[in-house]
Amino acid sequence: MRKTLGMAALAAMLAGGAQAQSTADEIAKYREMIADGNPAELFEMEGESLWKTPRGPKKATLEQCDLGQGPGVVDGAFARMPRYFADTGRVQDLESRLLTCMETLQGIPASAVVDGDWNKGERKTMDALAAYVVTHSRGQKIQLDLANPQTRRMYELGKRAFHYRSGPMDFSCATCHGEDGKRIRLQDLPNLTHKEGAIAAWGSWPAYRVSNSQFWTMQHRLNDCFRQQRTAEPVFASEVTVALSVYMAATAQGGVLQTPGLKR
Amino acid sequence: MANPMRIRAAVKDGFTEVRVLMSHVMETGQRKDSSGALVPAHFITELTAKHNDKVVLSAQFGPSVSTNPYLSFKFEGGAKGDKIVVSWVDNKGDSRSDEAQIA
Repeated sequence: MRKTLGMAALAAMLAGGAQAQSTADEIAKYREMIADGNPAELFEMEGESLWKTPRGPKKATLEQCDLGQGPGVVDGAFARMPRYFADTGRVQDLESRLLTCMETLQGIPASAVVDGDWNKGERKTMDALAAYVVTHSRGQKIQLDLANPQTRRMYELGKRAFHYRSGPMDFSCATCHGEDGKRIRLQDLPNLTHKEGAIAAWGSWPAYRVSNSQFWTMQHRLNDCFRQQRTAEPVFASEVTVALSVYMAATAQGGVLQTPGLKR
Repeated sequence: MANPMRIRAAVKDGFTEVRVLMSHVMETGQRKDSSGALVPAHFITELTAKHNDKVVLSAQFGPSVSTNPYLSFKFEGGAKGDKIVVSWVDNKGDSRSDEAQIA
């Protein structure tokens, strides 16, 4: 009798394990099914035409925008971002650099995006532009210039911000993203303090989210992490958001970009 | 006017596989906006795919199809360079037609 019970308990344990395993497998299967038709491509197409369309008070295109590889070079630019730009004297991520280009080339004020709402107006334009740029770094290795002292400084700042606890729940980024095997509902949370997790995260954002049919940039993703911590949401393209991106990208150094990603 | 579709078609072992990604809100008419008002239904109702001038697929879509729908299908025949035309009409009378060549 005792033996039977023991067997039953063991069977139950195995079944529990198998179930957790199959849930992860089913999600992986689902991803595979929808990966073929990633609607991020629609945003990429829109972004490409926006890139080449004269807009703003100066009626200019973004074809002379310098993303770090020279004016107009989009290929591989995202794989090397965030990076230090001598003309602005700042380390910039993709979105903040696009803001600079929109302002200097097209005369569109940065406030149109910074003070805007998600999925509306110029912020929506930003989503499409980001989709276009990141697609042209897909399959390339993440290669940040960590020898640059400014980038280095931002890395240290980002690392501190990542572990800084705040808000009514005393959360930091590390509370959810500092250990292996954590999840929210059925969504596995990557451990961003290790290379593997950082590659999974940094390498697959910006992404299209199937659950709400929206395309999210890293700026949007970070903002929502702050919101979920119930703490103050950062200003669009502010120093802390760029610093966190530098921290993630540097941790993911050498990993291959799968951008734009596809999320639930 | 609606945004363009992305269409890809490839022939393999005598069958052509067509993959279409459409840009459409596909509103069901059941959702409410932040002020509590119903968001009017807006979805694709009919879709037609042609190989050269021959219809190879015609479908009726409804509100249960997702935003930015993805459609994949196969038909027998087709050769490299042939023309594939996909067009849709929605319940507001808007329409879109795009074409691609079989690779």
